Amino acid sequence: MKKLIIALAASAALLGGFSTGAQAQEKKKVCFIYVGSKTDGGWTQAHDIGRQELQKTLGDKIETPYLENVPEGPDAERAIERMARSGCAMIFTTSFGFMDATVKVAAKFPDVKFEHATGFKAAPNLATYNSRFYEGRYIQGQIAAKMSKKGLAGYIASFPIPEVVMGINAFELGAKSINPNFKLKVVWANTWFDPGKEADAAKALIDQGVDILTQHTDTTAPMQVAAERGIPAFGQASDMIAAGPKTQLTAIVDTWGAYYIKRTQALLDGTWKSEQIWDGLKDGILTMAPYTNMPDDVKAMAEETEAKIKSGELHPFTGPINKQDGSPWLKAGEKPEDGVLLGMNFYVEGVDDKLPQ
Amino acid sequence: MFEAILLTVITASTPLVIAALGELVTERAGVLNLGVEGMMIMGAVCAFATAQLTGSPYLGILGGILGGGLFSLLFGFLTLTLVANQVATGLALTILGLGLSGQIGESFVGQSGIKLQPIAIPFLSQLPLVGRVLFAQDLTFYLSIALVIGISWFLFKSRAGLKVRAIGDNHGSAHALGIHVIRTRYLAVLFGGACAGLAGAQLSLVYTPQWVENMSAGRGWIALALVVFASWRPWRVLAGGYLFGAVTIGQLHAQAFGLGVPSQLLSALPYAATIVVLIIISHNRRTTLINTPASLGKPFVPER
Repeated sequence: MKKLIIALAASAALLGGFSTGAQAQEKKKVCFIYVGSKTDGGWTQAHDIGRQELQKTLGDKIETPYLENVPEGPDAERAIERMARSGCAMIFTTSFGFMDATVKVAAKFPDVKFEHATGFKAAPNLATYNSRFYEGRYIQGQIAAKMSKKGLAGYIASFPIPEVVMGINAFELGAKSINPNFKLKVVWANTWFDPGKEADAAKALIDQGVDILTQHTDTTAPMQVAAERGIPAFGQASDMIAAGPKTQLTAIVDTWGAYYIKRTQALLDGTWKSEQIWDGLKDGILTMAPYTNMPDDVKAMAEETEAKIKSGELHPFTGPINKQDGSPWLKAGEKPEDGVLLGMNFYVEGVDDKLPQ
Repeated sequence: MFEAILLTVITASTPLVIAALGELVTERAGVLNLGVEGMMIMGAVCAFATAQLTGSPYLGILGGILGGGLFSLLFGFLTLTLVANQVATGLALTILGLGLSGQIGESFVGQSGIKLQPIAIPFLSQLPLVGRVLFAQDLTFYLSIALVIGISWFLFKSRAGLKVRAIGDNHGSAHALGIHVIRTRYLAVLFGGACAGLAGAQLSLVYTPQWVENMSAGRGWIALALVVFASWRPWRVLAGGYLFGAVTIGQLHAQAFGLGVPSQLLSALPYAATIVVLIIISHNRRTTLINTPASLGKPFVPER
């Protein structure tokens, strides 16, 4: 329904564009394509907050139309193409699944700039951008090891893709840097978004004895269950403190706003280049929600680790690291290439789960 | 731990059972309403909004029932009065419901909901083993069981139920006998919508007390499938719903336990297991044919 209205608005804008073609265009259009609803409380909401910041900062020079709930697949290509035809100067496509559609449309519109989130295919007018979420998960792992009495955490995962596996490994490595015997139970919900199923997974993990919970799915349902059962938990993508004021320890918060402003400014200045950006805590593309519900020494440790990651002193994936079966992966002091991390399809030692292949 | 698992299974199964029971009655009257998912999500948002605005989860439940019921009347008007195609209208109802609920619920996103608290039945809830599981539940669970018993009795033991089934099997003959086909079908559609709304209320007030867009996540479709596989029998709907819930929760526990079975396979298991079992219990083709409403999905235009 909303999509339809925006689509109509976009078509109207397209017609309007023709009729006023003679006038100099004053405001450039910077457009956004969302996979979910802008109020999903997680992934898409974080992108929309970024868009709003952009609108606020550069609103006198640009407009920021957007399309919500665009399904991945053929519809995505049509939606992106419609945006491109409506006169967008730059289009942000904000889901991994929009990758091929973005590549195709970018080839058809060489004068339009494209920016695809979390993908790996680029072109002269197509840049990619991503966030080093694993840095936040390492900090979470350390906090979990300090806070868990049993040394056993539960991890609600979505799909076995490198992004998620990388997060699980970073969490386990962080935890093991504090407690070498720390164990992690993983449940795959096989969905990004199903509050009921995510809650069920949380209950199953708690019933199996974990005393701390973290999630890589998009709703606040696991946080609610943790609050009900009285164990601490970590939020994902957005600050979830409202769902668990006495439960959330911290959350990985995606903060795309600064990036959107930087790239739009480059577009306005004429300095935009196709780049493949993978920023982290130090660039502010990802921030940690306030450290709450924990003793001061744990908070101090978390802040110290965060500072070390920001300064580049600490890389969460620093050897020696063994794979799950005990075979060596990284030698002492060795750090992996970004490409290896982005294709990660194995667990590190200590994860109590068999990775679905 | 066993008790904890059972409690989780009950919470997961109850919305499926309630929504499927409502659809069963609708289909027994010969109307195929594929809009269960849409009515359920409307129920969920109306229930949540009512509970937040009034502070009472019980008024919330009522809001959910009303929301789903009123929404189903739209389907009734289009298919029964205007004789639109039932399949297409049902699908449209789902799409409309998902969009409309998002609009209604926009200002409620991110609010913590009010959970419907369990009611312990004195004495019975103290029974060993089953007491806490069966007799210290929330209202929606008690309603789901009452619905199974009530609908079984109504359809197969009461005169009004016989009329409903007669309309579902042959609306022409029923009409000739002087039964009000359209009026009865309106009531059946309304009942189905009210049940879907109640199931939605369970989602946003019991299962996960919050509102997020699309939170029904396909449960309406599972309820629809349950009706067919249960061959339009209320007790089989109950069995199928609980089997589905049990395997869903069971596979999550199997994963947490670390059995090492691929999670994709485990995720598909509830669907596979439910289909297999319901096919086995309804393998007798003759009884299945008797149970299938013969006029299902066919439009009825009374001759003048």
